[in-house]
Amino acid sequence: MVLEALEFGFLQRAIIAGVSVAITSSVIGLFLVLRRNSLFGDALSHAAFGGIAIGLVTNVYPLWTGLILSVLGAVGITKLRQSAKIPADATVAILLSSGLALGILLISLSGGFTLDLFSFLFGSILLVSIEDTLAILTMTGIIIAIIILLYRQLVYITFDEEQAQVSGLPISKLNYLFVILSSVAVIVSMRLVGILLVSSLLVIPNVTALLFNKGFRKTALISVLISIFSVVTGITISYVANLAPAGTIVLVSVAAFLTVLTARYYLKKKQAVKKLEEARS
Amino acid sequence: MQIVEVDRLSYAYSGNLVLNDISFTIDEGDILGIIGPNGAGKTTLFSCMLGLHDDYTGTIKILGEDIKKKKNNKIFKSIGYIPQKKTVEQSFPATVEEIVSLGLRVGEKTAKEKITLALETVGLLAQKDRRVGELSGGQQQRVLIAKAMVNDPRLLILDEPATGIDLEMQNRFYSLLKKLNQENKITIILASHDLDAVNRFATSVACINRSMFFHGKTYEFFENPDLLKAYSESSMQAHMHLHNYRG
Repeated sequence: MVLEALEFGFLQRAIIAGVSVAITSSVIGLFLVLRRNSLFGDALSHAAFGGIAIGLVTNVYPLWTGLILSVLGAVGITKLRQSAKIPADATVAILLSSGLALGILLISLSGGFTLDLFSFLFGSILLVSIEDTLAILTMTGIIIAIIILLYRQLVYITFDEEQAQVSGLPISKLNYLFVILSSVAVIVSMRLVGILLVSSLLVIPNVTALLFNKGFRKTALISVLISIFSVVTGITISYVANLAPAGTIVLVSVAAFLTVLTARYYLKKKQAVKKLEEARS
Repeated sequence: MQIVEVDRLSYAYSGNLVLNDISFTIDEGDILGIIGPNGAGKTTLFSCMLGLHDDYTGTIKILGEDIKKKKNNKIFKSIGYIPQKKTVEQSFPATVEEIVSLGLRVGEKTAKEKITLALETVGLLAQKDRRVGELSGGQQQRVLIAKAMVNDPRLLILDEPATGIDLEMQNRFYSLLKKLNQENKITIILASHDLDAVNRFATSVACINRSMFFHGKTYEFFENPDLLKAYSESSMQAHMHLHNYRG
C-alpha cells in the first residue's frame, strides 16, 4: 500500500521536501541546542507567525513576510543581547510573545482564522506544490553550503565564544549570519510541521544524537539520520492511518528519543555490572 | 626583542579602576609569571592584551604593533590563549582531535600533521578520538594548549591554568610549558596563585594588585624577604576585603 502510494506526486513531494527539511533543521538545531538556545527556534517561528498574518492580511505571499519578520526579529534580539546584555532566555520570551501578539491582533482584525493560517500553524506537508518543493530544496542547499563553508568557525563559537574571538574570528558577524540561517531554517521547517511544532524538529533529533556520546561530525550525522527517519516514518504512518502528519512526525522523533534513552540506560547498567565483576575477579 | 610592551595601561569597569598605570615589557623567550591576589586585575590585564577590551588608556604593543591601532587581527593569530580553567561540559560532542583542529587557520593544508604533532607534544595523541568532556581537568588544559600550538604561536598566555589540578598533573603541566618555551621558543605569560610554581618556572615576575607592585627577575622577587612579606600582607588584605564584601 505504501509503495503504491509513492506513485502519487503529492507523497513524493512530501517525502523529498520532508527529507530536505529534516537535514536543515537537524544541522541548524545542533548548534542551537549546544549554545543552550533550544527555544530560539520557537521564538523565530512565533515571530514568523506575526509576519504570516501580515502576509495574509495584505495579500502578500505569507512565507516571504514571515521570513522577513523572523529575520528582523532574530537580528533584533541578537543586537539586544549584545548591546543591552539582556539574558538570552528573556530575549527569546520577548520575541516569542511579540510575534504571537502581532499575529493574533492582525487575525482578529481580518475576521478570524482561515484555512491558510491553520496550515501554517499545524503544517501541510502533504499539500506542498512543486514550486514549494523547489524553494525548500534551494533554501536547504544554501543553508548546508554555508554551514559546510563556515563549519570550523561555527563549531569554535559554539565551543567557546571568547576563545574564538581571541583567535581573530568575527564573532558578531558570525552570530548574525547564524541567526539569519536559523530564521530561514525555521521558515523551511514550518511547511512540514507548522509554527507550533518547529522547535521539535530542531531539538529532539539532536538531543537524541547527543545520547550516543560521539564527536561533533558524527553527532551531526546521527541527528540528520534520526530526523530523516522521523520524517519519512511519520509521513508514512500518517498516510496509512490517516493521521495529522506534523503530530505523527514529532511523536515518531519522541519515540526515537525514548528508545535511545532507554537503551542507553540499560547499556550503561550492563557495563557497570561487567566492570564490577571484572574488578572482583 | 621585546615581544610585549605595556605602557601606562589603565582600565576602569563600572567606575572602578581595575588597572592603574601598569607598565611592563617582556623579552622574546621569557616566561613571565604574573602574581597577585584575587581581584588584582590579572584576568582584566589579559583581556586588554587579547583585544577583548579596547576601552583602556595607555598602549599595548605586541610584536611591535599597537593592538588598538591594528585593524586586522593578524597579531592575535600569533597568540595562544588558555583561559582560566573552565571544565568542558561532559556532554559537549567533540573529540580531542576536533577541538585541536579549531586552532588551525582556515584552509590549512597540513592540518593532520600539525594536529598529530601538537597532540604528541602535549602527550595526548592516544586520546585523540576521546570526547574532550570525558578527560580530566589537567588533560583538558593540555588539549587547549595543543589547540593553541597548531597555530604556531609566538606568545602563549595562560590564566591560572593549574587551578584544580592535582600536584602530579601540575608538575607535568609546568614541565610541558618549560619544554614549549625551550624547544619551540614560545614566550609565555602565566597568571598564577602558585608562588612555588612561578618561582620554579618563570624567568621574570610581575606582581600586580590593580597597580604594578613589582616587576623584575624571578630571583629578585623570591630572594627578597621584604617583597615576599609585603606581597603576603597585600594578598591577605585583598582576601579579607573579598571576604568582608561577600560576607
